[in-house]
Amino acid sequence: MTSAEWPLWEVFVRARRGLSHLHVGSLHAPDAAMAVRNARDVYTRRGEGVSIWVVPSDQITASSPDEKDAFFDPAGDKVYRHPTFYEVPAEAKHL
Amino acid sequence: MKDQYALALGDDALVLAQRLGEWVARAPELEEDVALANIALDLLGQARTLLTHAGELEGAGRDEDALAYWRDDRDFRNVLLVELPNGDFAQTMARQLVFAAYQYELYDRLRASTDATLAAVAGKAVKEVHYHRDHATQWVLRLGDGTDESRRRMVAGLDTVWPYVDELFDDGGNPGPALVAEGVAVDPATLREPWTAYVGTVLAEAGLEPPAGAAPRGGGRRGLHTEHLGYLLAEMQHLHRTHPGATW
Repeated sequence: MTSAEWPLWEVFVRARRGLSHLHVGSLHAPDAAMAVRNARDVYTRRGEGVSIWVVPSDQITASSPDEKDAFFDPAGDKVYRHPTFYEVPAEAKHL
Repeated sequence: MKDQYALALGDDALVLAQRLGEWVARAPELEEDVALANIALDLLGQARTLLTHAGELEGAGRDEDALAYWRDDRDFRNVLLVELPNGDFAQTMARQLVFAAYQYELYDRLRASTDATLAAVAGKAVKEVHYHRDHATQWVLRLGDGTDESRRRMVAGLDTVWPYVDELFDDGGNPGPALVAEGVAVDPATLREPWTAYVGTVLAEAGLEPPAGAAPRGGGRRGLHTEHLGYLLAEMQHLHRTHPGATW
């Protein structure tokens, strides 16, 4: 078996209950079941997570760098979309 | 002898940790490097507590380092299986399946030990070993039911380690009936049935047969080892013996 035959997987880890899974990196594995185990060994050795998702990298559809201006620039000057007009209670974490 | 029992279990973990460490930077993939190193470190952690406990029970002032680094091969009490050379990846996975399935059944029962330290080690380690067993299972399934080449290697790996299976379940005086009766130790013979059930299921699912007709080997619990252990210990011990008391 060589690396060329092992597909790439994107790894998402949830740090604890109540949080979302966050992308932490990628790895090679022969199939999904092994990818979860490899992710456990590579990305959660120091107690980083309580749940793991793996996704085949080739199943992710990404926005194109060429579309960056059309996609994202128009949001830049829409100040009224930001929740800046009320006070966030100090007790509200993870907003 | 309670200290000899703790020593035997600790030596199993220590020697296998050293063997698995040899895979670091040599595994088929970076991800397997990390997986095998993790397993080795789990075993090393078990060995440290068990050897420390053995030293305290012995009462001669030997700590974990004295036991790990200043004994010669005849004083080691590990089973022969763990000192076997790694061979190829399939052979290592054959050994991992055989040993982790044994160690899982052992620790699962040792949690009820009347010796508080042994019970505590087992309670923590059983979760680690559950993962070791799963890791080996996944690979035996894939290699056994994979390509012609992976299957050939998996069969050869099983053939190599199988003569060393019987020793896992042979009491041979350690722990001995007294410690079992006191509830300190687990009679290894009682682990054979659940071990056979688990390993048999994995092999059947992988399309493999348990090797038949292997002449059993043994003697490790009495200090009679293969020639491989001396070389392993030489590598493991030389730094500490050259620079006694060296620390990071």
